[in-house]
Amino acid sequence: MSNSIPGSVRFDGVVKKFGAVTALKKLSLAIEPGQLVTLLGPSGCGKTTTLRLIAGLETASEGSIFIGGEDVTRLSATYRKVSMVFQSYALFPHMTVLENVAYGLTVKSVPKKEAQERAEEGLSLVGLSDFGGRIPSELSGGQQQRVAVARAIVLEPEVLLLDEPLSNLDAKLRRHVREEIRQIQQTLGLTAVYVTHDQEEAMAVSDRIIVMRNAEIAQEGSPHDLYERPNSSFIADFIGDANLIDCEVLSLNGSATRIEVVSKCIELPIQPGQTGAAKMVLRPHQIRLSRDKSQGEFEGNITYAAYLGNQIHYSLDGELGQLFAISDATLDPLSVGENVSINFDPQKLRLVAN
Amino acid sequence: MTRTTGLWLIVGMAGFCLLPWYAVDSGFWSFLWLNNLRAEENAPGAILLLLFDRMWLSPTLGALIVSAAANVMIANSVIRARTLVGTAAAGLLLTALQGLIIVRDGPVLLPGLLSSVAGTEGQTGFGAGAAVSVLALLFVLTTSISALGKGRGDAFVIGLIGLIVTLVGVFVFFPVAHILVRAFELSDGSYALSGFLPRFLASDIWGLGCLIGRGYCGPAVNSVFLAVMTGAGTTLLGLAFALIFTRTQFKAKPLLRILTVLPIITPPFVIGLALILLFGRTGVATEIFANLFGVEKTRWLYGFGGIYLAQLLSFTPIAFLVLIGVVEGVSPSMEEASQTLDADRWQTFRYVSLPLMRPGLANAFLLGFIESLADFGNPLVLGGNFNVLSTEIYFAIVGAVADPAKAAILAIALLTLTLGAFLIQRRWVGTGSYATVTGKADSGRHAALNRTVRFACYATALPWAAFTAIVYSMIVFGSFVKLWGYDHSFTLDHYLRAFAIDFSRGIRWSGVAWDSYFTTLTIASIAAPLTALVGLSTAYLLVRQKFAGKNIFEFSTMLSFAIPGTVIGVSYVMAFNFPPIELTGTSIILIIVFVFRNMPVGVRGGIAAMSQLDRSLDEASITLGANSFTTVRRVIAPLLGPALMAALTYSFVRAITSVSAVIFLVSAKHNMATSFIVGRVENGEFGLAIAYSAVLIVTMLTAILLLQLAIGKRRLRRADRVEQIA
Ligand SMILES: Nc1ncnc2c1ncn2[C@@H]1O[C@H](COP(=O)(O)OP(=O)(O)OP(=O)(O)O)[C@@H](O)[C@H]1O
Ligand SMILES: [Mg+2]
Repeated sequence: MSNSIPGSVRFDGVVKKFGAVTALKKLSLAIEPGQLVTLLGPSGCGKTTTLRLIAGLETASEGSIFIGGEDVTRLSATYRKVSMVFQSYALFPHMTVLENVAYGLTVKSVPKKEAQERAEEGLSLVGLSDFGGRIPSELSGGQQQRVAVARAIVLEPEVLLLDEPLSNLDAKLRRHVREEIRQIQQTLGLTAVYVTHDQEEAMAVSDRIIVMRNAEIAQEGSPHDLYERPNSSFIADFIGDANLIDCEVLSLNGSATRIEVVSKCIELPIQPGQTGAAKMVLRPHQIRLSRDKSQGEFEGNITYAAYLGNQIHYSLDGELGQLFAISDATLDPLSVGENVSINFDPQKLRLVAN
Repeated sequence: MTRTTGLWLIVGMAGFCLLPWYAVDSGFWSFLWLNNLRAEENAPGAILLLLFDRMWLSPTLGALIVSAAANVMIANSVIRARTLVGTAAAGLLLTALQGLIIVRDGPVLLPGLLSSVAGTEGQTGFGAGAAVSVLALLFVLTTSISALGKGRGDAFVIGLIGLIVTLVGVFVFFPVAHILVRAFELSDGSYALSGFLPRFLASDIWGLGCLIGRGYCGPAVNSVFLAVMTGAGTTLLGLAFALIFTRTQFKAKPLLRILTVLPIITPPFVIGLALILLFGRTGVATEIFANLFGVEKTRWLYGFGGIYLAQLLSFTPIAFLVLIGVVEGVSPSMEEASQTLDADRWQTFRYVSLPLMRPGLANAFLLGFIESLADFGNPLVLGGNFNVLSTEIYFAIVGAVADPAKAAILAIALLTLTLGAFLIQRRWVGTGSYATVTGKADSGRHAALNRTVRFACYATALPWAAFTAIVYSMIVFGSFVKLWGYDHSFTLDHYLRAFAIDFSRGIRWSGVAWDSYFTTLTIASIAAPLTALVGLSTAYLLVRQKFAGKNIFEFSTMLSFAIPGTVIGVSYVMAFNFPPIELTGTSIILIIVFVFRNMPVGVRGGIAAMSQLDRSLDEASITLGANSFTTVRRVIAPLLGPALMAALTYSFVRAITSVSAVIFLVSAKHNMATSFIVGRVENGEFGLAIAYSAVLIVTMLTAILLLQLAIGKRRLRRADRVEQIA
């Protein structure tokens, strides 16, 4: 199968209203050809709406949408070079797997023989060559999912859209299929937009992540950017867990930032921002707990401990408020009620606005 | 240039230049008009314009030509679409206006506007040429609207909306508007607002004389009283049946199922006939009671009692059908929850199940109420001195002194009542139903009934079921008896008279019923697929598409459910007896009346079936590059198979059994079975009427079974394939 034409996607001030509900407020975004971009965010933030606008299943209330540089705002879904993998797979139950995969080709009047060949090619790409004669209800969930992917990619779309494609699969299979999707996307050089609300999934497959919240973009960037440089407490908490601790920025100068936490001064590497109230981002596994009180600057009391085999999750109560910590020291577990000292490396701390 | 628009314009031009503009007397399909295209009555619009100076047809042609020019010459797609919307809309409007203003006879819009030839000479009704030109302009309009990005830019969907809106407008609203206008007519033929209210509220409609012991009540009061009683009675009986069906271990449940099919295949007056055979002056039961107990033979059946009994028999199965759904809809987990909270069966039923069913019960009541108001066949056969609105309307039209204005006023009274009930049903019951399908599988079991309730149900329902069985068996017996009440010897005479075939010189259908029988079957088989098509298309738009004014659209398509058949019949007579749409006396008007009367059922069935199809199926098809039409054809229609079959069966059967609207619209040439039978009843030929009814019932049962078989086959085929692969 030849590589499809690289397609870029651009939103220019797109607003989408459903009656009184505003599902998207003036959204502008750009997706580069050949990238896999994830839309991530809590339920109801507008991810599916964004995807459906790209597909042409909804029309924008305001603003313009471009695909491959062409204005498609008013173009109906039928004529957009975009295909979509649905959360429910939406396989046609009255057609065989092969007929399903060939559907997009046959409605475009591709000769029957060619359509069949290309559909078989598509099926072999997802490893289902032998399943063409079955009907969808005779396949497992994971197989159905792959048929849906095959059906979408045989059309060589400019943009492939996936709306929570893994949410109907169990945890183990999810990992496997997402790697497969990523691989196909990279081999074919497709532009893909992927919707999920699972941040781990997003981190694992994406070139870039667009985090949405309340019908707006909260932050966008590479997975690394978002984890290391969150621009708000929402992102810090949403991308990887974080303890958010109130602090006061005392001074910012060329080489260091001084903050005060629970009347103790800490020096951090330079940070963007300004003096005044802020929040300190403390990742759970950055926290080191110790029985030796002289080890740390802060103290706490263990209120809950969960043993997970390779690590232990602790909840603590103390000077820094409620904390969540992850420890690898599974051989020497701390017990509930114990008083411990809390320690962390200031060099790795980030600050976010309040 | 837009291709679709171009194609429609060519079609429109062809219609205008080649097909006869007016309806031709010999009928379009006879093609006799081809012989003399230059005669005024056969001429296409173009010839009328050139040779007969019919200048008022020029806007139609003008709109077609200007649209074609705009379509070819304007490059900017938005400006082109806007221009086309303008030209097509103007063309449609002017064509309709000339049709309403310049007419040969009948009501005229803006009389006196034209004093020239046009005004005096007038013109006859629209024909094929006009219809094709108008349709073409309509589709140019909708295609252009979709090109402006409305409705997700989908030409098929907008076209479908435009078509259905136009059809419903012309064949539901336009005739009903005619009734409204006629109701304002004064005795001298002029129109005024002043006459309406006093006549509408007059005591010969709403009179309450019977309540205070003096004289008669008005037909409106009688109708409402009867409807309330019937609504309550059918709901109670239906509930008893539904409870037995869903909450007991009753053995003969399949027999109860049959009960639900009966009303669908029974022509509405047949129950009345059977009751006459039982309880009439010479009826079997009357004889027995007279002999055993010396009860006097009276004519009690002809009046409220008889109609009420007939309506209870006719409509209880409908309530049963509705209430099965309601009773089953009460989630078992709620009942189980109640029982784990230590409520006993009676308390569970009284405080949990019954309140949850309340909206459903109200719904069943209102349905019974509407059905009773609209019922025409039973009051016609059993009415006696008990006047109800639906039959009064009929007599005002066909009676000794035809009084269309009175018919219009009565029709408005009836319409007000049914529409009121319909609105209440939608507002109050339609939204507040607790019995919801959550999509979460409920695995619990329904609580069984406690003893008292169970026996109460058995005691009401079982005798009633037995009674129903007796009534139906009367139909069979009655058709084989020489002269009911006098000579009970066996005979096939009635069947022979109706359905004899003479083989002496080739095959000659010599029976008196053949004519109407064949007409009925033909018209029903043409109407059924059209009804299913219109109904399911509407359901598709309602379930799957979003567009401005969808609520109004839905309401107006469901409206014809609330318009009683008699009202529809009267309105069709009033609206389509004159140009511009002159259809009375044709078979087309019968087909149309069936399509629009039975459409709501197709819509409901379609909505129910389509709501179960995941919307993402069609979205997947669309994003895979199929247009909406292909999606409907390849994905939705195949998956709607059973719903399609149900809609087909139902509209076929309804077309055969319906009498109320039809009786106004049949003609000597196109007589229908039901109106033929009513004619026999009026002549006192009960044997023949009953025999014919029995044949109709058998015909419909056969049709239903055949269609069921067809569905069954489809399922088998899929299973075959599965086996092959495995
Ligand atoms: N057809 C619709 N009519 C009315 N409101 C809608 C419609 N579709 C979406 N919305 C609203 O728009 C907002 C965004 O919905 P959207 O489906 O995009 O959320 P989402 O981010 O995909 O959420 P989830 O993760 O739960 O799928 C929600 O508040 C939703 O209620
Ligand atoms: Mg979503």
